[in-house]
Amino acid sequence: MHPVTTVHYLALSAALLLIGTVGVLTRRSIVIILMSIELILNAVNINLVAFSRQAHAVHGQIFAIFVIVDAVAEAAVGLGILIALFRNKETVLADEIDLLKW
Amino acid sequence: MLIDAVFFYLFALRTLGGGILTITRRNAVHSAISLIVSLLGVAGLYLLQHAEFLFAVQIVLYVGGIMVLFLFVIMLVNLDQAAKERQFNRQWMVALAAVAAVGAEIGYFFYRGQDTFRLGDVAVPAATAGNTEMLADVLFQEYLLPFEIASVLLLVAVVGAVVMAKKRI
Repeated sequence: MHPVTTVHYLALSAALLLIGTVGVLTRRSIVIILMSIELILNAVNINLVAFSRQAHAVHGQIFAIFVIVDAVAEAAVGLGILIALFRNKETVLADEIDLLKW
Repeated sequence: MLIDAVFFYLFALRTLGGGILTITRRNAVHSAISLIVSLLGVAGLYLLQHAEFLFAVQIVLYVGGIMVLFLFVIMLVNLDQAAKERQFNRQWMVALAAVAAVGAEIGYFFYRGQDTFRLGDVAVPAATAGNTEMLADVLFQEYLLPFEIASVLLLVAVVGAVVMAKKRI
């Protein structure tokens, strides 16, 4: 069995990124789309930590902390918007929200 | 070394399997549970790479914070109607084709550039402190300004979330 290298982590991260992208692009429910965005941000974090490990420096992990902070802010605001939207339109399906479409 | 590889593949399977289940389940609660499984797999990967502080943050913040928020919103918003309808939008084939193309591209780059990922041997500094202590040193000395900006960002996000979720201010 090959030893686990940085490339393994990068491949895993790329796969997770693609799974998250499929979720964002194909699902109709906004809740699932927000969850897919969390998957994408986690893929980024795996990359950052893998490179941090390879370079023997903790700077990559600092960036991962900032990405987590962004993910928290995004989830809070996104779910707030979702609740406001559900109150006004009674739907959580992304393709039925077409207020800006002429 | 062998035990490292075994754990890597276990956590990788957990992460990817949880991710795939997250985007395919019909019930939103099942999706959230699968996402928790996936996030725990990512936490295990952090631990494998000796990022102990991030491991703790991942579990406390993601699984304990964000996912509970998700589950609360799923309960607040009535998703029974949405669960009976079509789950994927009409352009799903186009989306899948585009993502497959991007995936092939990334895979090709990995295949061709596999050897260039070795950045040269960095002199391993003697570990004088634990992971959390080193992180704190770097965070509060070199990244103090971004740290403060992040706190302002979180404040703005909290105010924004309250303003949007509240009926009348």
